[in-house]
Amino acid sequence: MSAVILAADDIQVAQNIGFGIIAAIMVIGALKVVTSKNVVHAALSLVLVLSGAAAQYILLGAEFVAVSQILVYVGAVMVLFLFGVMLTRAKLGKETDLDQPKAWLGVPVALLMLGVLAWVLIDGFQDERLPADATSKAAVEISDSVLGPALVPFLALTFVLVAAVIGGIVLARKD
Amino acid sequence: MLVNNFLLLGAVLFCIGVYGVIARKNAVMVLMSIELILNSVNLNFIAFSTLHGNIDGNTLALFIIGVAAAEVGVGLAMVLLIFRNRKSIALDELSEMKG
Repeated sequence: MSAVILAADDIQVAQNIGFGIIAAIMVIGALKVVTSKNVVHAALSLVLVLSGAAAQYILLGAEFVAVSQILVYVGAVMVLFLFGVMLTRAKLGKETDLDQPKAWLGVPVALLMLGVLAWVLIDGFQDERLPADATSKAAVEISDSVLGPALVPFLALTFVLVAAVIGGIVLARKD
Repeated sequence: MLVNNFLLLGAVLFCIGVYGVIARKNAVMVLMSIELILNSVNLNFIAFSTLHGNIDGNTLALFIIGVAAAEVGVGLAMVLLIFRNRKSIALDELSEMKG
């Protein structure tokens, strides 16, 4: 297989170029999240990655998940993160104490894992293509699935969310 | 588009997230790295959902988004609690449970 991720294969040139640009932005943003010396900059780079993921979902024809991603992650989770950063009184500016003393140990672990994953994926999926006429998944299909076969996990998720709300309040209140 | 494009992007994001979990000392930064990992998994789910024309991947991705929101809420509440008690959220100082 042509291991060049960004290379356009003969059809769907526009989608491939779009994928390449968004993927590059996401990887750069992710690297900034884990290497930045500034907590707020790391949080803002995370916004870049999450928005890029939403764009990839649209590229894959999953609009409903993309919109949920924007609403939940970029809207709510990032606000929570920024609150967390500010309530723990992070210095606004460079911080020297963000990494473990032996942070370099993470590099071989991550590279090894990436090597194994990439080898398995390239070996396993070769040139398999996404269906060119992938129709976008309508929200009605997802709701049929959520309120049909996946009803019990859905109810469990609602329970988890209630428990998280109550747990968050109990943990964080001052008394 | 090759399905491998998306799967490899997911793998790269996953490994970057794992590096972040290992290398970061600040608890909030570790939570951010966990978000990277969850997002790479979501990307895989959506890619497979489109590849097989099956809606289940989308459903599971939505569930993951919900669970991640709950996880961040509780996680940050715990970080706040630790900060209030110890005036620091450096993870290597949390060593009371060391045997």
